[in-house]
Amino acid sequence: MKKSSLGQLFLRAPYVIWSALFIIIPLFIMGYYALTDANGVFSFSNFANLGRYKNAFLISLLYAFISTIITLIIAYPLAYFMTKCKPSTQRFMMILTMLPMWTNFLIRTYSWITILSNTGIINTVLQKFGIGPLHLINRPGTVILGMVYDFLPYMILPIFNVMSKIDNSLIGAAEDLGSNRLNVIKKVIFPLSLPGVISGITMVFVPSVSTFYISQKLGGNKTMLIGDVIEYLFNLGPDYYNVASSISLVLMMIILVSLFIMNRVSDGEDGGVLI
Amino acid sequence: MENIIELKNISMSFENEKVLDQINLNIHDKEFITLLGPSGCGKTTTLRIIAGFLSPDEGDIVFAGEKINGVPAYKRQVNTIFQRYALFPHLNVFENVAFGLRIKKLPEKEIKEKVEEMLKLVNLSGMEKRKIHNLSGGQQQRVAIARAIANNPRVLLLDEPLAALDLKLRKDMQNELKKIQQQLGITFVFVTHDQEEALSMSDRVVVMDNGKIQQIGTPKDIYNEPTNAFVADFIGESNILDGIMKKDYLAEFSGQTFPCLDAGFGENEKVDVVVRPEDVDIVPIEKGMLTGTVTSVTFLGVHYEIIVDIGGFKWMIQTTDEHKENERVGLYIEPDAIHIMKKSEYSGKYGDYSSYSDEIDHLSDLEEDEE
Repeated sequence: MKKSSLGQLFLRAPYVIWSALFIIIPLFIMGYYALTDANGVFSFSNFANLGRYKNAFLISLLYAFISTIITLIIAYPLAYFMTKCKPSTQRFMMILTMLPMWTNFLIRTYSWITILSNTGIINTVLQKFGIGPLHLINRPGTVILGMVYDFLPYMILPIFNVMSKIDNSLIGAAEDLGSNRLNVIKKVIFPLSLPGVISGITMVFVPSVSTFYISQKLGGNKTMLIGDVIEYLFNLGPDYYNVASSISLVLMMIILVSLFIMNRVSDGEDGGVLI
Repeated sequence: MENIIELKNISMSFENEKVLDQINLNIHDKEFITLLGPSGCGKTTTLRIIAGFLSPDEGDIVFAGEKINGVPAYKRQVNTIFQRYALFPHLNVFENVAFGLRIKKLPEKEIKEKVEEMLKLVNLSGMEKRKIHNLSGGQQQRVAIARAIANNPRVLLLDEPLAALDLKLRKDMQNELKKIQQQLGITFVFVTHDQEEALSMSDRVVVMDNGKIQQIGTPKDIYNEPTNAFVADFIGESNILDGIMKKDYLAEFSGQTFPCLDAGFGENEKVDVVVRPEDVDIVPIEKGMLTGTVTSVTFLGVHYEIIVDIGGFKWMIQTTDEHKENERVGLYIEPDAIHIMKKSEYSGKYGDYSSYSDEIDHLSDLEEDEE
């Protein structure tokens, strides 16, 4: 490699400093806590006790998996539909997609409580018709609803982005070679939009599996996700930092392995997907 | 000859702009026919209507005797070679060629044989596993051809397929396409804005402008007997003058009368007169039918291109003899070098070389997509 000039060094500096301060150093701190006991002595004891949190891990993975599948099922056809619209309609739908992201995540989650709670909007309306109140909140399904709602834009945008760049003449060529609409989607649009799907899945799965707030507010603390466990342990005080860190570390490993498998699966296609 | 495709009174508008106006065209079975015209003349639109990507506002498309207006592209027995090839980037060479065969769900063995055969035909044997983006432009072109003809189309539509290739490669591919067409014995409908390409490859040429067919004929007909000033100007170089047909076989232009071989016009009918630059002889003044002054001389290798001013009209003359600027010369024109055309909407728009620059020709080579 050529020696980089001073100018390049300056361009790189903010990123290097940023990642050192907020990514690398925290990782080391986390690693330190995970691999020591409360007295600061090196030990694997934290990991030995992780079996207790097996359920939280499994439920988190399951919820994240379900949410990812649901967002994909909603987002993929929607993105396809968007690419078929006029450019002005496309822009409008993009804004609609991103609009929720301009509101704070906590506020959005709270607003679901207002909508779903026993005295919430839906039940108030239903009561006028003599129905209910329906038990809508504090159920596993509600947690998944919250996740899907919060992370849906992260699925739509990358898929739409990749899909809208597919050369129209490829669709023409497929039709020309005898493909009906279904075959065009199956043999051309889907394989070519796969990179968008992969990055969409990544961008939804990763925050879903580690999410904590949604389950507390919409799940009524009945279902502890692994994110909630970590938050809970940290809140208990410094004595629990070690265990919490080890959980975080394991969670990170699980995410990395999932990403690795996903990229492997998509390796037949061109180019790996970066998050 | 049997017609494989008939276009009957096809009209088409995009956003109130008429792009095709009453197109009538019979395409014969097994012929190489070229749609030739400048950007926006409607040639690509015509091709897309035949392919089934567009549906005309008016008129009928008849394929082998059957009206196919409502038949979608994927059910038509035609295949297209697209301007930028439109190869599938996620598939290798083999799978690109096999695409149509897999849609038809042919047995694997048959697909393999057919693909091998096609790749051999386009000289790409051994490249089956290559990725598309690792191929050169010429190779991609060949894959596109193989992919289209693997489906045994009765008609192959080619949308400016050579436009993206460099000159040398383009010449090779012209020969090769012609060879493939003869070998397969199918109809080729070729779209181009390159008149040389059209003349050298086609059995018949359809010259289009402004959404209308200007002339249909063999390359020779088109060149020697253009129907109007547009065709005369678009195909090759032409001096196009205002003239009067005094009577049969006698035309008047540039203030002189000339014997010619054309007849059948009204007495003293106003006409357009075409004289090709290579058909004018430069002679000493005393022997000339016309006299003028040389205003520019360009050496082009094979010949000189000389502009001669005769009474304010600039003639282009191609000759192998050298002349000097400002030299007074005489022009001699044989009767068979004169071609008379009826007046048309194009009269007076073309054929004078007073603002001539050959850069214009090259600029139009970089034509972008129509529509």
